[in-house]
Amino acid sequence: MSAIGPALAAAGALAAAGSACGLALPERARPAAVGACTAGVGAAGLVAGVSALRGQLWSASLPDLLPLAGVHLAVDALSGLFIAVCGGVTVAAAVYGIGYTRHGLAGRNVQAVLPLFAWTLVTVPTAASVSTFLLLWELMALSSLLLVVAEHRRRAPVREAGLWYAVMTHLGLVLLLIALALFSARAGGETFTALRAGAGRLSPAVRDTVFVLALAAFGSKAGAVPLHAWLPRAHPEAPSNVSMLMSAAMVNLGAYGLIRTGFDLLDGGPRWWGLLTVALGAVTAVYGIVQAAVATDLKRLLAYSTSENLGLVLIGVGAALLFDADHHDELAALALAAALLHVVNHAAFKALLFGAAGSVLHATGTRDLDILGGLRPRMPATTALFALGALGAMALPPGNGFVSEWLLLQALIHGLAAPGVTTAVLLPVAIAAIALSAGLAAAAFVKALGVGFFARPRGSAAQRAVESPRAMLAGMGLCAAACAGLALVPGTLSDALGRAVAASGTGTVGGRILVGGGLDLRLAGFTGRLASLWIALALAAVAAAVPAVVRSRARAPRRSDAPLWDCGAGAPTARMEYTATSFAEPLQRVFDDVLAPEQDVDVTPVRESAYLVERVRYQRRVPDRIEHRLYLPVLQLLARAGQAARRLAGGSVHRYLGYGFTALVVLLLALAVTR
Amino acid sequence: MSGDQVTLIGTVAVVAQVALVIAGAPWLAGLMRQIRARLEGRAGPGPGQPWRDLRKLLRKQPVTATGTGPAFRAAPLVLVATALVVAALVPLAATRTPVSGHADLIVVVALLALGTVSLALAGLDTGTAFGGMGASREMTVAALVEPTLLMSVFALSIPAGSTNLADIVSGAVHDPARLATPTGLLAAVALLAVTVAETGRLPVDNPSTHLELTMMHEAMVLEYSGPDLALIELGAQLRLTVLLGLLAALFTPWGIATTDGWAALLLALALLALKVAVLGALLAAAEVHLAKIRLFRVPELLAGSFLLALLAVTASYFLTGA
Repeated sequence: MSAIGPALAAAGALAAAGSACGLALPERARPAAVGACTAGVGAAGLVAGVSALRGQLWSASLPDLLPLAGVHLAVDALSGLFIAVCGGVTVAAAVYGIGYTRHGLAGRNVQAVLPLFAWTLVTVPTAASVSTFLLLWELMALSSLLLVVAEHRRRAPVREAGLWYAVMTHLGLVLLLIALALFSARAGGETFTALRAGAGRLSPAVRDTVFVLALAAFGSKAGAVPLHAWLPRAHPEAPSNVSMLMSAAMVNLGAYGLIRTGFDLLDGGPRWWGLLTVALGAVTAVYGIVQAAVATDLKRLLAYSTSENLGLVLIGVGAALLFDADHHDELAALALAAALLHVVNHAAFKALLFGAAGSVLHATGTRDLDILGGLRPRMPATTALFALGALGAMALPPGNGFVSEWLLLQALIHGLAAPGVTTAVLLPVAIAAIALSAGLAAAAFVKALGVGFFARPRGSAAQRAVESPRAMLAGMGLCAAACAGLALVPGTLSDALGRAVAASGTGTVGGRILVGGGLDLRLAGFTGRLASLWIALALAAVAAAVPAVVRSRARAPRRSDAPLWDCGAGAPTARMEYTATSFAEPLQRVFDDVLAPEQDVDVTPVRESAYLVERVRYQRRVPDRIEHRLYLPVLQLLARAGQAARRLAGGSVHRYLGYGFTALVVLLLALAVTR
Repeated sequence: MSGDQVTLIGTVAVVAQVALVIAGAPWLAGLMRQIRARLEGRAGPGPGQPWRDLRKLLRKQPVTATGTGPAFRAAPLVLVATALVVAALVPLAATRTPVSGHADLIVVVALLALGTVSLALAGLDTGTAFGGMGASREMTVAALVEPTLLMSVFALSIPAGSTNLADIVSGAVHDPARLATPTGLLAAVALLAVTVAETGRLPVDNPSTHLELTMMHEAMVLEYSGPDLALIELGAQLRLTVLLGLLAALFTPWGIATTDGWAALLLALALLALKVAVLGALLAAAEVHLAKIRLFRVPELLAGSFLLALLAVTASYFLTGA
């Protein structure tokens, strides 16, 4: 008896109950009730996903629910992995959200939409027909949009972010609609089963078009450059529990869509699909993390890091497509397993980091790293949790991000065995991109942790900070436990990953990718072994033994405090500390050509003499260059086209009738010529 | 030969190589300083000076800078712990040890980066301008070093078909022709440049300066004193020793015990000390003729070394695979 069906039904019922609670209950009781229901939705999703990962299958067809097409649902191990990830993040975000209710976030609209959004997150991967998928996909986009603009009355940038998100997510929907409509029209059916069966009959041109459009659409959801522009706007401006859901759960569904379409439905393609995806992922990873390294807004930094991590996932997916095209099934399976593991790891640490950033925002009211600092003594638990998440994001052992990046590197390093000049050039560049993004991620998160939480407060907002409510800490604690588990015993996931990869139709049938003895992770087809638990234990043992040795040598073992060295010039003040901007200055200079920062020096001389300076104003901004160079010209062009089109509509009825007549004649002529 | 004895010799090899690294690291630093002093026409304090410094510092009272937290306190421990774990993992003396299965080159690189990160966090934790400056510069260099490092790892792992250090080293011992290929040479040069940057030697950083315009590593650790400072110094010396040992193991692997036997192990340990001392002496002699380059010229150096590593990888493909 499958547990998936009842669990999904429970998720739906709980989501409805949560929305009803959000609408009906008084404000005081609302957050707790809605949070409990949303957490229930997540837990049900987790149950369904884990059952699917254990090998259960489930499918249902509800022909009467939706007119014309009906609703088709199916869950295999691949969708199970994403359902489980979304469910887990939802549980943590829901518990967190019970405490995160300041500034009108306990309002009726927000609380009623939240369970709905959570429900769409866990149900999008269950869709098994084009119409069902598109419906749920759009429902997810709309509900998240409503949540993004929740605080639009308080801050003006929220409105702008909402507009960007609304436009870009719908452009993505249009691309997806074209891709899937074309696919189902040519394949002769709109259920995924029909698509799978018909994929072989498609002409190469149609397959290529479907794949490229799907890559653009799902890539934009995953924050791939250059379609990432909405992500660093919408994710920071959303309420932090919604940021957790969006950045740790929703973006993953972009990766899910790509894997489902590329591997399962289209069953792989020519090599250039893989090369294109790897190149896209590499550019996204490096561009995202360079922007994160120079960002001074804590949540914007995290949002760019999301873009980076999804870029790494895309590298894995692309490498798998490439190896699949060359019939290196074991390599393809390994690369895809690495990508999936990175999805899981990224979800765990990014939910934790956004939660901690939300705590900082909750306590200080600001996200600007330049005026934060000194939070460690005031918010010890939040600082420790952020440090744990940052360790994962830096991809250093014993963090969880390291495990999946190690696996990804192994897949690429062993992948050089696959022949081809393009492989020989592209794979090393992809490895370099992963390495550079790992190095810059270390710089970015050292900055976030060291400047944002350590040292002394740089502003009065940070001085007044107090620790967050228990519910928020509990939500983050769940993520932290997940991070620790994933970091220390990644081997426990190896069977689940194997099933998820097999469900996507990659790899040899029944072949294992990873051998997990629980304590260490081994590659099955290649030499490679990682024992993260032993590394962590060895580090801890040495770090514990060293002080004992040191203490035995010391003559005066009592530790005392001494003031900081002040160069003999009086106690150092907070203004002398390095800020996030100054920390990132060398990196910004190194990547000058990529970032193109804008500097503005404004010197005001005194009235009497031009040589005496009264005031110097120095301003520097690092705008998103792609946004500037790519989007603004397009927007201006559209605005100009709109202005020009006004002349067409002069108000004269005769003219409008003329338009209609001309259009009809042209259409008939065209038909006559083509027929 | 029974399995127990293999394990015994392997265990002894790991313990011996870690002990040799700990005992030898201060002497290596002393030797390098002494060589520099002699070449610069100074008498020098003798190679034992760093060891005496460590003993002196360890006996002092531990002092914490006011307002600092666990990050400041833990950084020396993390630095030493990562260096020691790396010293145990890398097959410096023998390739068949109980930990050789875990001796993954990527793990080694990442552990060393963990030490760097913890020190940078400690620098920021003090909240002084010096600490922030050192941390900022160190992380910039560390971030740019990473691609070259992993590219060299990639180049080295191609002939062995694995990133496991024991496999790479024993493969090179049995097939020395691997090292003379363009791949091996290019990777060696790239890795050398990276080692210089990672350990804060000239021309990237000057370990003996305290001039604020030029320093990186010293700026981060300015607030440390007593036993903490001793650990920081020891950690830096350990990293240098381990990285030179790694270079020696990868590019001159002869003498490393690939079979089990006490005589082979003893010879391997003696050769290890000799190889690292020679490498250190060469590095010190080269440093005398180098000036520190500007911070913003460092990326050019690293980009050059990255190019070499990339060439190493592609060369290996075109020479062997095509």
